[in-house]
Amino acid sequence: MLALSGAAFTIKQSKAMSLLTQRFSGKEINENYDLVAVLGGTPVEMFRKGIAEFGGMGNFVKKGYKVVVKPNIGWDKTPEYAATTNPELVAEIIRQCFRAGAKEVTVFDHTCDDWRKCYASSGIEAAAKAAGAKVLPADLESYYEAISLPRAKSLKSAKVHKAILESDVWINVPILKNHGGAKMTISMKNHMGIVWDRGFFHSHDLQQCIADICTMSKPAILNVVDAYRIMKTNGPRGKSEADVVLAKGLFMSQDIVAVDTAATNFFNQVRAMPLESVGHLAKAQELKVGTTNLNQLKIKRIKM
Amino acid sequence: MLKKLRVIISLLFFIPITFYFLDFRGVLPQQFHWLAKIQLVPALLSLNLIILLVIVGITLFFGRIYCSSVCPLGIFQDIVSWVSKHFNKKKKFKFSSAKNILRWSILGISIITFFLGFSFLTGFFDPYSIYGRMATHLFKPVYMEGNNLLAGIFNAAGFHSLYKVQIFMLSISTFLIAMAMMLIIGYLAWKNGRLYCNTICPVGTVLGFLSKYSLFKIRFDQEQCNSCGLCSMKCKSSCIDAKNKSIDYSRCVDCFNCIEACNRNGLKFSPNFSTQRKKVENESAMDIDENKRRFLSTLAVSSLAVAALPQEGIKIKNFHKVKRETPISPPGSKSAENLMSACTSCHLCVSKCPSQIIRPSLLEYGLGGIMQPILSFEKGFCNYDCTVCTEVCPSGALMNLTKEEKHKNQMGQVHFIMEDCIVYKDGTSCGACSEHCPTQAVSMVPYKNELTIPHTDTSICVGCGACEYACPAFPNKAIYVEGLKVHQQATIKKEKTNQKINIEDFGF
Repeated sequence: MLALSGAAFTIKQSKAMSLLTQRFSGKEINENYDLVAVLGGTPVEMFRKGIAEFGGMGNFVKKGYKVVVKPNIGWDKTPEYAATTNPELVAEIIRQCFRAGAKEVTVFDHTCDDWRKCYASSGIEAAAKAAGAKVLPADLESYYEAISLPRAKSLKSAKVHKAILESDVWINVPILKNHGGAKMTISMKNHMGIVWDRGFFHSHDLQQCIADICTMSKPAILNVVDAYRIMKTNGPRGKSEADVVLAKGLFMSQDIVAVDTAATNFFNQVRAMPLESVGHLAKAQELKVGTTNLNQLKIKRIKM
Repeated sequence: MLKKLRVIISLLFFIPITFYFLDFRGVLPQQFHWLAKIQLVPALLSLNLIILLVIVGITLFFGRIYCSSVCPLGIFQDIVSWVSKHFNKKKKFKFSSAKNILRWSILGISIITFFLGFSFLTGFFDPYSIYGRMATHLFKPVYMEGNNLLAGIFNAAGFHSLYKVQIFMLSISTFLIAMAMMLIIGYLAWKNGRLYCNTICPVGTVLGFLSKYSLFKIRFDQEQCNSCGLCSMKCKSSCIDAKNKSIDYSRCVDCFNCIEACNRNGLKFSPNFSTQRKKVENESAMDIDENKRRFLSTLAVSSLAVAALPQEGIKIKNFHKVKRETPISPPGSKSAENLMSACTSCHLCVSKCPSQIIRPSLLEYGLGGIMQPILSFEKGFCNYDCTVCTEVCPSGALMNLTKEEKHKNQMGQVHFIMEDCIVYKDGTSCGACSEHCPTQAVSMVPYKNELTIPHTDTSICVGCGACEYACPAFPNKAIYVEGLKVHQQATIKKEKTNQKINIEDFGF
């Protein structure tokens, strides 16, 4: 009885959260599902199927919006190594944003390797520019602005890239990888590419800080997890193509904790990865960022 | 006519090589490093016989064309001298005698110290390297600042083709040396034209000696010349004695200003046919003999002096800014010793390193290695796939490495100090070192609870410093790279071939 009411409370919380999100973005999202999972297609095909289940990009991006699409471009690696988000997926999202009426789409990432090399090798700069997006650097502190995180436990404030702060909505497009320190790097961990001081995360309880940054008052309007190629070992940078599995998956949700939970479960089929080991998931649920309880969500599963 | 040609050729060399040093955006293709490779001292150190033969050949044919139109420091002095003319319209040069003892002594000391195994003085006086240091440490920051200003304006207007860059002091000591050199040489050029080239520069001394025997020379036409002295006033090498109608060819850099200045067509650039100069040629022959004697005696004296210096005096050990005991020499240098035997500190690698991690050393290599390139992981780390420094090095101090060779080149080894590690100290996840490690010489292994802690395997470490750069532990980094006196080979483990994994299900 107690457990049931607890579960009910969680659902309420998560609904309340998405309501918050909606109010923030100033529109009603008429969504049929909380989470859409697609298997078996190309990144572009899977995204088209997935976004259709959410009623199209127009539900997230309105006419005249300034949009940020935030992939993972952290490493000087080509797409086959699955260290960076699939460039075709990024381009398709950008195109759909424009089709939905976006005034401007911006792409950036605070990279680990030299940003010019990362942007070029990943293929994302070229693909994004070809799709009409602006590609911005993120290697200087002056591009960032401090925000406070009142709900956070460890990371009480962070400097976030101005492109995010000045956008109307932003779309989080991580790639699914294992991570030596954080265990998994998916949508939540992808926030480390919108902040300036990553060292603080690592030295002040990494898992907690990852959960903390997700309490920011401007969460991503949509999380699109690229699991077309996934990195099963030696992540997040990877050594060789032996680290890569062609998994052909894609997961989308507004609930960042739910989508990362789903992606972790998916990853668990390739290599054991119990949810408890990915500390930031439970910590984010505790901060009421989202839920790890997928049973409570309406999930659309599509196999292509 | 000849002067115009000289100016055009000079600018064709000078502008690209200067821009190549400044060009952090990679506008000029990487291959423009040939502009550095045709410089005399780098060609000599890398034993590039073709370049050496061409330079010597040109000098024996036409005189010091290299000094006039190829050496960037020479052209820099010409520009300063040209500007000074606009401030002092009445500026005149006048003939002065050669400072042969000084010239040959500096050449002698540069050669001796070089053969004793350190190229510091060679690089200190090498005109190309002096210019390289000026470009890297003085001009490039200005260029970057200009870029940042422009980028600021562009970005504000919504254009993002330009981006800002971080500008920081790579080395205070080298900055000061470059600044002092620029001020001194600039002042000399302002006042006296090519004084540096003809009193200090060892390259100038050698090519000056050769050009005495060159086929083509500027010669007086005894009938036309009335010894008016106009040519002498325009001679930035102060080597024309108009009264005696003689020219000190060891100092003439073929600028042709004299020919341009002469109203009576009294000077000609012509081959050695005429017989009228017998007298002067004899004089110069005597001059040469004397020079040879001087050179040999200086060589003997200075070699004694250098040999008398205790070896410990040259290499100061135990002087470290960081906990690192052995400095990390750049990829392709093979060893610090090898680096020091060929590097002239032109700092092209410093300027071209995209990660800006190559910096001039202070005393890490010892006294003989001052200003030579050393790796610093304070602001970045060596990109695993990048081989730029090994490609651009003109003197062979950094051997060209292919990407595959670089992947195996171990310039240092990782050291992990668990007591300083966040995972050990705070009991929280980190993994910053391992995530940056390209070879997984630092990997995360199970520790307590769900935690993972770094584990190192030095055999596959390349010493890129990514772990050291990324380590957030304070005040001591828990992981760092210790340099190797001699670079080693990292083993490359065979990767297991990817077993086909088919994922049929969602997993939730």
